[in-house]
Amino acid sequence: MISHLTSLVKTTGFVYLTPGIIVMWIIGLTLIYLAIKKEYEPLLLLPIGFGILLANLPLSGLMTPGEGLLWKFYEYGIHWEIIPPIIFLGIGAFTDFGPLLANPRLIFLGAGAQAGVYLTFFTAHAMGFDIMEAATIGIIGGADGPTTIFLASKLAPQLLGACAVAAYSYMAMVPIIQPPIMRLMTTEAERKIRMTKGRKVSKQEKLLFPIVSTFLIILLVPASAPLISMLMLGNLFRESGVVERLKHAAQNELMNIVTIFLGVPIGATMNAEAFLQPKVVFIFVLGLCAFMISTATGILLAKLMNLFSSKKINPLLGAAGVSAVPMAARVVHKVGTEADKKNYLLMYAMGPNVAGVIGTVIAAGIFLTLLTS
Amino acid sequence: MATEVLAPLPGKIIRINIEPNATVVEDLEIMVIEAMKMETPIYAPCDGVIEKMLKKEGDEVEEDDLLALIG
Repeated sequence: MISHLTSLVKTTGFVYLTPGIIVMWIIGLTLIYLAIKKEYEPLLLLPIGFGILLANLPLSGLMTPGEGLLWKFYEYGIHWEIIPPIIFLGIGAFTDFGPLLANPRLIFLGAGAQAGVYLTFFTAHAMGFDIMEAATIGIIGGADGPTTIFLASKLAPQLLGACAVAAYSYMAMVPIIQPPIMRLMTTEAERKIRMTKGRKVSKQEKLLFPIVSTFLIILLVPASAPLISMLMLGNLFRESGVVERLKHAAQNELMNIVTIFLGVPIGATMNAEAFLQPKVVFIFVLGLCAFMISTATGILLAKLMNLFSSKKINPLLGAAGVSAVPMAARVVHKVGTEADKKNYLLMYAMGPNVAGVIGTVIAAGIFLTLLTS
Repeated sequence: MATEVLAPLPGKIIRINIEPNATVVEDLEIMVIEAMKMETPIYAPCDGVIEKMLKKEGDEVEEDDLLALIG
């Protein structure tokens, strides 16, 4: 009788619980709490948090290769590179590249803010991360979730969960992380600079933009093709004006569906053995540094451009070069209005902001080309 | 000569705080435009009386659209 009872108990997960598993539950529940209570990127942190709980239930087999449900989501969604490009299709469908075309020189700010990616790459490598892992950590500085996931799945799948959570957490914290750096690096007078109006962008230009950029970027950095192609296809849907239904589906239904299948398996990659390592702490610290450096270099580049140009740029715009769209642009606007409440920087900041998305994809493409050939 | 109040950015007017013929002082918030899911207040550029209000709540505006005239 007793032996039957013990064997029955052994079929339950309770006997396999470890302190590490309990810690992971706490992490998962914390993310769920932050998503619900603080609304930190709830669309992603909620499913990621739940995925963490699921991956840390012993004997569930949800992540067993070839069998587990979440493993299949991961394998066919993320490992096969399907979901991040589909998310980019949606981003393309709702992104207006008009502000970028109106002030083309602001593209440079989107590039300048990628400096954090490369600086962190070298720092992480110097600290002992292998070159693939270092690149994956560096890309967090671009503050772009799908790109981080895309690169991590190719270069360092073992870090995917931690890097994705770091990227999305920092994106949620843009309004907390960026303003102190922005205030520190600019003077009151600089923050008051009002931008001169950009030129009017014609419909044809907006229509040509996705086509021309596809050719240009993919010919230049072929490895960026999966993300750039979908981003620009989505944008072509938008600007063509004739496929309203496809544009709508890409940015709403399709995007929502894949978001579900993205978050849960990312959380599920974070089991106790893989996640509870000192390494993960470094990922979060380095990722934060990458993001802060990117903010700073964007601002510095704007100041540098002001030395050579009579049409002054408000250096706050440089901070929008990280690709957290549109949070970074909103933060620029807010910090700008603190100095001059009638300074409307929002739409100007959208220029470097959308350039930052493209910049981060190109940075990821360069890593892929150099590190996997 | 009336002073024009132009939309500083494209978006949707979600709130208008004043009636035509109301007296305004410089920097008074006269309306709120929502753009990129963020509320942006529009302030009176000068003292005066609202001669004309050309938009109503819910209107979509483009950059530089004429919103109101202050005389």
